Amino acid sequence: MEFLTVHSPALVVAVPLLAAFITPLISRIGNKFRDTVNVTFLSFAAFLMAVLAVDIYTSGTRIYTFGATVPELAIPEHYMVPVRIIFQVDGISIFMGLTTTVVALAALVYSLQFVKDETGQDRFYSLFMILYVGMVGLEFTGDMFNMFVFLEILSIAGAGLASYRVNLADAVEGGFKYIVISAISALLVLFAIGILYGEYNLLSIAALAHNMQFTTLDMIALALLGIAFVMKLAGVPLHMWAPDTYAVAPAGITPMIYTSSAASMYALYRITFTLYGGHFDTTAIGWIVIILGVLSMFIGVMMAIHQTDIKRLMAYHAISQSGYMLLGVGVGLAVLTDPVALAAYGRDAMNGGIFHIINNALYKGMLFLTAEAIFFRIGTRDLNRMGGLGHNMKWTTIFFIIGALAISGIPPFNGFASKLLIYESVFRFNPLLSVIAMFVSLVTLASFTKVFYSAFTGPEMSAYKEVREVPKSMLIGMGVMAAAIIFFSIFPGLVVNTIVAPATNALIDQASYINGVMGAVP
Amino acid sequence: MSVLTYGYAVWSPIVWLVVLVVLGLIVLYVRSRGQKRYKKGTAQTDVFISGVQVPPAEQRHVPAHNIYWGFFEALQGFYDTMMRPHTGIINDYILWLVAIVTLTVVVLVMTG
Repeated sequence: MEFLTVHSPALVVAVPLLAAFITPLISRIGNKFRDTVNVTFLSFAAFLMAVLAVDIYTSGTRIYTFGATVPELAIPEHYMVPVRIIFQVDGISIFMGLTTTVVALAALVYSLQFVKDETGQDRFYSLFMILYVGMVGLEFTGDMFNMFVFLEILSIAGAGLASYRVNLADAVEGGFKYIVISAISALLVLFAIGILYGEYNLLSIAALAHNMQFTTLDMIALALLGIAFVMKLAGVPLHMWAPDTYAVAPAGITPMIYTSSAASMYALYRITFTLYGGHFDTTAIGWIVIILGVLSMFIGVMMAIHQTDIKRLMAYHAISQSGYMLLGVGVGLAVLTDPVALAAYGRDAMNGGIFHIINNALYKGMLFLTAEAIFFRIGTRDLNRMGGLGHNMKWTTIFFIIGALAISGIPPFNGFASKLLIYESVFRFNPLLSVIAMFVSLVTLASFTKVFYSAFTGPEMSAYKEVREVPKSMLIGMGVMAAAIIFFSIFPGLVVNTIVAPATNALIDQASYINGVMGAVP
Repeated sequence: MSVLTYGYAVWSPIVWLVVLVVLGLIVLYVRSRGQKRYKKGTAQTDVFISGVQVPPAEQRHVPAHNIYWGFFEALQGFYDTMMRPHTGIINDYILWLVAIVTLTVVVLVMTG
């Protein structure tokens, strides 16, 4: 157990990576065997993630230095700066790791039946595991270059999975768009890393933050990094790729790609709070993040309600919900240098924004799965051609209702808890922003009422009389997420105090992150 | 564990659920006091629209594109403007990226 605890940051990436590489081999033995191995490996990774989480919540930030005699030894003997590959896992990193793992487990179980009759399943599962590795690596890494590497890993795997159903022309187009925007975003990130490395001769985030001068070159690097991650997280006005990709990705993959966008949001927070925090006018940058958030919320929801393709509609809602996260954390960033405002409402706004990340990953992920369950059974995403599916797909209907109520911020669901934190704290910063956020929630409810009415209610249609409920593994996938939503809804205090508040503290406390690596430097 | 406490308010889902259950019981009680003598499956429970012939159930389902029709008509100008940049062409998406990166660099360097 001691070994597992010490090496859990590395193992949580290594185990699924091993699964990814052996999948094509074990597929030769049999599909069931391969599926069992993949579920087992990912469950083991989830166990390791839990072990790591317990360790971090009890003992604080974990540093894992690859190749060091002692993993905690970030700076080698006779060196002044870290030179090895480092995983630095603090409150926000583990929060993102837990979110990613819950979504990945549900998505994997859901996919077992969904891709059962498709060709190229070994590639599907390999890429699935690699996507998971990319996300966790991005969330754990302590250096800029590996942030780029993991961003590339998740992007390439995501593009491959988005275009998995090559028999559908729009799937290939969606995958193509995803890889183009990902490659360009990654190039911007690489260029920014080049600027920082050229200036400081460093790659470690902590070491860079320690030495940051905020020169004009640093400003250009910040702009490149910030916009690259805004593009990846599909913030308005760089969101247009998201509906094209989310709508066509197979079930199980859409929640994963969406969660990878949340990982990009984490990277944006890491850059603004940890790498640059304290070196620039946080009010100005905070307002930029807030404006991006408000635009994403408003334009996302207004575009969503107009859609008649169920997955495009949900994709626009994903953009809209990202706006809440940007708004909450943006307010925290704007008042970061004002201790009174930070204590009065800034911290709560950040708690709300971060709580919304995990809430949204759960209910948005589940809603994507319900949409794909419908597609799986009736072969269309067009809401105009749907109706009366509630008669034969009762469990899917129930899961949809739970997800729809949660995303619309209806009490007592978890979406309400995080939105309440955002509304009340943001109101004290600027009431207009809060009013816009509430209006967006109202339109979200209207939008999901439209989906519910179009797809599930009404008389049984003759074309869908033979439609049956989806297979068990797909129901289990949705059930895992529904159970998590209900748990988070009933125990918001526990969730916020246990995993959200440490994440907020980790973002605010830049010095602790720097000292975690640079503490030994005289 | 269940109560979310923050700077200026409290949220308790359990209290909400209890209130919801009590309200539900009241609604059920009121409903149970209602008229029970109607006959199911007769004209008493048929749809009535001022005597107009009612179409079969399947044709009564309003398709998604007709829902909130008035809302979209009223906001036609807004939606025309919104649809214009959503071309579906990747080149246009990248142009947006270039424009936003340029704008951000200029803003950052100027506000410094």
